[in-house]
Formats: sequence, structure tokens, C-alpha cells
Amino acid sequence: MSKHHVSTTINGEPTEFLCEPQLTLLDVLRDELHLTGSKEGCSSGDCGACSVMVDGRLVCSCLMLAVEAEGHTIETIEGMARGHDLHPLQRKFLEHAALQCGFCTPGLLVAAKALLDRNPNPTETETRYWLAGNLCRCTGYDKVIRAVLDTAAELRGE
Amino acid sequence: MPMLDYTAPSTVEEAVRILAEASGIAKVLSGGTDLLVQLRSGRTKPDLIVDIKNIPGISGICERDGAFVIGAATPGAVIGECEALQQAWPGVVEAANLIGSTQVQGRASLAGNLCNASPAADSVPALIAARATCVVAGANGRREVPVESIPTGPGRTSLRPDEFIIEFHLPKRPPRSADAYLRFIPRTEMDIAVVGAGVSVTLDPGGACTDARVVLGAVAPTAILVPEAAAALIGHTLDETVLAALDQAARRACKPIDDKRGTIEYRTKVAGVMARRAAVIAYERAGVRR
Repeated sequence: MSKHHVSTTINGEPTEFLCEPQLTLLDVLRDELHLTGSKEGCSSGDCGACSVMVDGRLVCSCLMLAVEAEGHTIETIEGMARGHDLHPLQRKFLEHAALQCGFCTPGLLVAAKALLDRNPNPTETETRYWLAGNLCRCTGYDKVIRAVLDTAAELRGE
Repeated sequence: MPMLDYTAPSTVEEAVRILAEASGIAKVLSGGTDLLVQLRSGRTKPDLIVDIKNIPGISGICERDGAFVIGAATPGAVIGECEALQQAWPGVVEAANLIGSTQVQGRASLAGNLCNASPAADSVPALIAARATCVVAGANGRREVPVESIPTGPGRTSLRPDEFIIEFHLPKRPPRSADAYLRFIPRTEMDIAVVGAGVSVTLDPGGACTDARVVLGAVAPTAILVPEAAAALIGHTLDETVLAALDQAARRACKPIDDKRGTIEYRTKVAGVMARRAAVIAYERAGVRR
């Protein structure tokens, strides 16, 4: 079986890899590129733990073949903090204790950032629907939603 | 995992040639939100994946004289952001946007939803109600066919192995026309339709219906067009008698299965209710477009 050569940009860095065609983007991110922040929960697009941005769109990296990344721009949770400076969402998740085991957290953060980047002032309902594809077994979601809305308020300067 | 190859042709003709010459099972990939799940589970074991997303125009929406062309691989998120389409075909847009989560909307396409051929596919009843057609490319050239001619049963379509859908066409709307799609699920998000109902209407200046299409999903092996339900609307403004006739016609058309999502009796009852409610929304939307 021939491997495919794929050229992408990941978190701002030109990145090339070789992969077999059946591998998902999530497989390659974690096992080949060692970007293990994106998690494998369900592998069927239901849990959102593998959420990444592809060309500015929120997607499940388990529902995309790695070869499909050719020529595209990918952002993962690893690109969210600036060095040791956490993104405001990451800070607010800590302040609000919006996580327990943490497995869903990278996906929730990537998805929440995608929401705030396009809608700086979402309602609670909009936030809950936007994040409906990110499952969390620990928090009951309330703290997550409060952290996202508090981040939005802070980013608006309120 | 079986031996698998992948190719991403850059023209329709090249894609057709590859599909026509494929020796084993070839699967067309657009958004992949169903195909990748099936690959993973082993439900489908293709030898070749033909990714159509590198074909220019396969993703995107354009308006021509009030009619719309939607590329086969256009993601749901892009459909939801098109204001002109939302204005003309709010039911089609709301149906497409019900497919999966925000993440799934970033990839999932109308062609995938149609060709996956689930009886519960959300966009399909709305597209059929809209009299949408699709352009199919194949070794014998291109043909434009009604959306309802594509699915033939659960997981089965009328497409030949060398064929794939390249775009959808939605016609220009007469004045006072609107559509609506509703689905019933036992929660508010992230579930598969127990019943779906798409209704498209055109009203006269007095508010009486001059044209209607009523389509039900998840109550038969494919989405079903119900002319008797449309006939209950045509010539009438909405009142309880008309809605009761619509409800009865919708229920009579149902041939559902019993499964974990609902019994035959339950699905049949809910189909009437969904058809009523979708009709009310479509009439209201059409009424404000004078």
C-alpha cells in the first residue's frame, strides 16, 4: 500500500507527513505528529473530543482522512496558548472549574473559541447549541457554559 | 482495515473515468461524516475512495435569476451562512442545518446526506418538497433528475457505479412562497429523526394555497412525497378542517418500522402532527412575503 505525501499548515507551521489513506487526521495528529491534545473519544463524530479547525471551520478530526488535509490549514488545541500565556478561554475554564477529568476539554476549548471568534456576544442558548457536539461526562455542562459566557464578556471588555 | 487507496481528481470527467474504471468497490467522498463512520465500523469496505472536493465548483452556492445552484459537497455551515438561500428556501436551510453537530456541519453535504440514503436524512424531505433536482455525472454524460429519484431504499440509490452528484438546483420562487422542515426527536439536538416533515407552499393574495408539496421522512424506506396531503392544502387557507385533512393524509401515507426510536403507531401519529406544524410555519412565512 502506497503512502501519501501530505503538505499542510498546522498551528501556523508548514507541516508535511506521509500517511496511509485510511488514517484519519486525528490518527496522524496524535500518532505521527505527537500532537496529543486532540482526544479520541467515540471515533464517530458524536463526542467532539477531537475538534480542530480546518480552514477556519470547526470539524471533528476523526471524521476526516489525513490525506484530505493536503493544502489545508489546521489549528489544534496546541496552538491556542501563546507560550505560557493561556488563552482567555483556558484561563476561564480553570477559574470556573469547567473540567474534571479533562478529556473533553481540548475539544470544548477549540469549539468555544470557534464560537467566540464568529460571535463575540452569544446567548446562553446559542452557546449550548453550538457546543451540543461536545460531550462531557463530568461537569454537567453548566460550568463550561458559564466559563464561555464569562470569557466572551471579558473579551468584550465588560 | 482493508487495503484502501485514495484519489482526489480535479475534474468531473476525471472522477467519472476513475469511477468507471475502478475494479473493486469505489466510494465517492464529499464531507465524509457518514462515510468515515462506515469505514471505521467495517460496514463499507471500499478499495478506492474518490474525493470530489478538489473539483472546482463542487462546493459553493450561486444564485442565477432567483434560482440556486448548490455544489454537491457544499458543507452545511456554508449553506446556513447564505442569506439569499435562507430568504428563498428557509426550509431547505433549516433541514440541512439539523444534520449533526457544529463540527459535522463543517463538513456534511447535501449529496452525502442524499446518497447515504438513510430514510431519516433531514435534508431530503425538504429538498423534495422544494422540487429540487440534482445533476448526475457519469460515463454517459450528465442527467438532471428529481432528488426523489435518487434514494431507492435504506442505504441504496439509483446511481450507477460510475455516477455521482455534482450539484443541486432549486427553482426560482413565485411570490408568496415559502417552505419549512420540522423533525421530531426526543431531545433538542444531536439525534436522528423519529419523523421529519417538509412542506412547501405558494399562496394567492388572499392567503389560499395554490401549490403545495408535502414530504415525510423516517416513516418509510425512503422519504415519501404525499400528493394527497398536498391536495388537502391546495385551494384553502389554513383552518382546523384543512389541517385535520392534511394530518389524516400524512398518516395514511406512512409505512414506518418499529425500532428503538418509535413504534409504528407512534411514528404514524407524529407524522400527522409534524406535517400540520410544518404547514403552519410554511403558510406563515409565505404570508409575510407579499
